[in-house]
Amino acid sequence: MKRVQILDAAGIGKTLARMAAQIVERSGDEKLTYLIGVQTRGVPLARRLAKLIAAATGVEPPVGALDITLYRDDVGPWRAAHQQPVLRSTDLPERVDNRVVVLVDDVLYTGRTVRAALDTLMDYGRPKAIRLAVLVDRGHRELPIAADFVGRQIPSARSDDVQVRLVECDGEEGVWVEKEVEG
Amino acid sequence: MSVAPARRLRGKDLVGIDPLTAPEIQLILDTADEMAKIAERPIKKVPALRGKTVVNLFLEPSTRTRFSFEMAEKRLSADSLSFSSSGTSVEKGETLLDTARNLEAMQPDFIVMRHRYAGSPHWLAKLLKSSVINAGDGAHEHPTQALLDAMTIRRRLGRLEGLTVAIVGDLEHSRVVRSNVLLLQRMGATVRVAGPPSLVPAQMEAMGCEVHHRMEDAIAGADVVMMLRIQLERQGKMNFPTVREYYDFFALTPERLRLAKRGCLVMHPGPMNRGVEIDSRVADGPQSVILEQVTNGVAVRMAVLYLLAGGNGEPTAD
Repeated sequence: MKRVQILDAAGIGKTLARMAAQIVERSGDEKLTYLIGVQTRGVPLARRLAKLIAAATGVEPPVGALDITLYRDDVGPWRAAHQQPVLRSTDLPERVDNRVVVLVDDVLYTGRTVRAALDTLMDYGRPKAIRLAVLVDRGHRELPIAADFVGRQIPSARSDDVQVRLVECDGEEGVWVEKEVEG
Repeated sequence: MSVAPARRLRGKDLVGIDPLTAPEIQLILDTADEMAKIAERPIKKVPALRGKTVVNLFLEPSTRTRFSFEMAEKRLSADSLSFSSSGTSVEKGETLLDTARNLEAMQPDFIVMRHRYAGSPHWLAKLLKSSVINAGDGAHEHPTQALLDAMTIRRRLGRLEGLTVAIVGDLEHSRVVRSNVLLLQRMGATVRVAGPPSLVPAQMEAMGCEVHHRMEDAIAGADVVMMLRIQLERQGKMNFPTVREYYDFFALTPERLRLAKRGCLVMHPGPMNRGVEIDSRVADGPQSVILEQVTNGVAVRMAVLYLLAGGNGEPTAD
């Protein structure tokens, strides 16, 4: 195993600042912007983006947390018996109707989580638009899904382990890629 | 201090509280808290159990529990069908095992059952591949009722550990009391029980409850008072002289409730006999959480169905 650091704490900070600027630039009416983090690491990322957006525009967008577990495509018959994933909290402080929702997640990989997140959101209301912001895009999509705001593209092999660690969840901060070393 | 929740349930069935560990109970209650939020959304349905089939096999009368399970199944997108004894092959003398085998031949994923014989869900769980959920077996267990009671207490008082819960009424014929005693004690609460001597079985003391024959002693300083229904339909033998006398000694009245802790919760599993075991002023009063119990029942049953769902299960270990 070889573990390579791609971003450190300062790198994540700079990346998020650039993403926040892009979100502000893209949003026509910033009062409509609503950041919703996908549990677990999307939530602190959404909170940080909200602070950065507030610093730039003076308007702090609301931040929600979305748990997609009940909408996953690998619960039920596609999962070993009684190994259902543990539910996390969904907390949407405002209604999503007619808002421009920016879904925030740490890593975009197969796209299956995002599909589940879209279906979850639709059951909470009818947003005006949904955009996707991810800190890392590591490729290997299995569904036709693309992000609107990407912090960092990381070309990876499927066998690689791309790890995002945030102080809020993990007590450390950074992005690493762990590769299987052959031989 | 509460226990850390388990990552998953070990068995394929929920036959009682007895086989559950404290971390498993914690997992069910935590999951139920999240499930409760689904009822507050514009679309009160999630796709988690789509393609799963649930048979509700209710061989004893039930309205609340059966509706609650059906509601839970629909909110999780499971397909469900309900079966009761009248107008079916059970009336024609079919045995429980044959009924269950025939239903299982149609490949349901879950069988939710209520039966008048204690232990029948445990027995079927061992014979069937489907997950069996006990919705009440005789005077034995009613695990989802105890779970919804615990959920209601926890949401109101923030914890179970260290609380004193008084359970008053017909302890002899109640499955609710057994499941509740097991669950509350496992989660660190103290349980006091009270009822007329003819309706207090000897095993209450063996289960570790404080047994009182004066209701006032049981509820003094309690955090929760749980009233049990006097099963008038089972009182053929009359275990107490008159309903009026029962009310005089064992009904929860506003005067008696003042003996409990301030803000003590008033609970009842329903259906209530107003003016028998509970005074309407209490049942409809500010300390009553009786309708919250009903609301939470759906969430708890969703949690149990979700956690037991999955691929091909291993049989429950004893």
